[in-house]
Amino acid sequence: MTQRKHWYDYLWICTIVYFTLGFFNIMFAWLGLISFFLPLLIAIIGGSKAFCNRYCDRGQFFSLLGGRFGLSRKKDMPRWLKAKGFRYGFLIFFFIMFFQMLWNTYLVFAGADLHQTVKLFWTFKVPWHWAYHGDAIAAAWVPQFAFGFYGIMLTSTLIGLIVMVLFKPRSWCVFCPMGTMTQLICRGRNRKKIRAEREGA
Amino acid sequence: MSKKHAVVDIANCVACGCCKKVCPKEAIAVAFGVYAKVDGARCVGCGKCARECPASLIRLEVRTA
Repeated sequence: MTQRKHWYDYLWICTIVYFTLGFFNIMFAWLGLISFFLPLLIAIIGGSKAFCNRYCDRGQFFSLLGGRFGLSRKKDMPRWLKAKGFRYGFLIFFFIMFFQMLWNTYLVFAGADLHQTVKLFWTFKVPWHWAYHGDAIAAAWVPQFAFGFYGIMLTSTLIGLIVMVLFKPRSWCVFCPMGTMTQLICRGRNRKKIRAEREGA
Repeated sequence: MSKKHAVVDIANCVACGCCKKVCPKEAIAVAFGVYAKVDGARCVGCGKCARECPASLIRLEVRTA
């Protein structure tokens, strides 16, 4: 049976568009907040992981490259990488790094110089000055946040690509901080239903 | 009915929905945003979900009943 394609099956295009726009103008990095808040809203209001299951552009991008384009070895990932300890640990690490990025934004807001770099793997500062077109549009903290957020998005996509090649196409989904967080929200929100189902099973 | 059916390790499932997407019989649902659930009556034991699961948490088991 061939499954019918829907509009949301083409959201992988958003990943390409996002990184392309951010390459030319860093202010577009702000758009990444959509894929930050939308999964949370869906989990909090709807109590589901519909974002991961249906609308995640990055997940679709990995499926496409690793699946249809055959860029994945399609091997099992090591046990430690899918252990709950690693997943929650990575979520905490990601949160710490996110707040550090917010702190850097605050420092620029308070008067520090704008860093026109994108930090990869939370370590390497890559020059990205061509994507900054002056402070005519907004105060310096606005592009500072954009540089920081773009770094987070690029780093997570690169990690996702590495695990996609090494293991299965959507290996990133196993320890994706947004996925872990939304699952925790759903678990808390639906705990009574889950308990009822398990007792009934 | 097929000899085998898919069984999910629900304690460790990350609910990514990859299995649901590839199931040709639409036998899988993501329950409560927490784990994947297989409808045993619909499952034909093709193993597509098991191959797709990024955490390799689905296995094919011989039906007992």
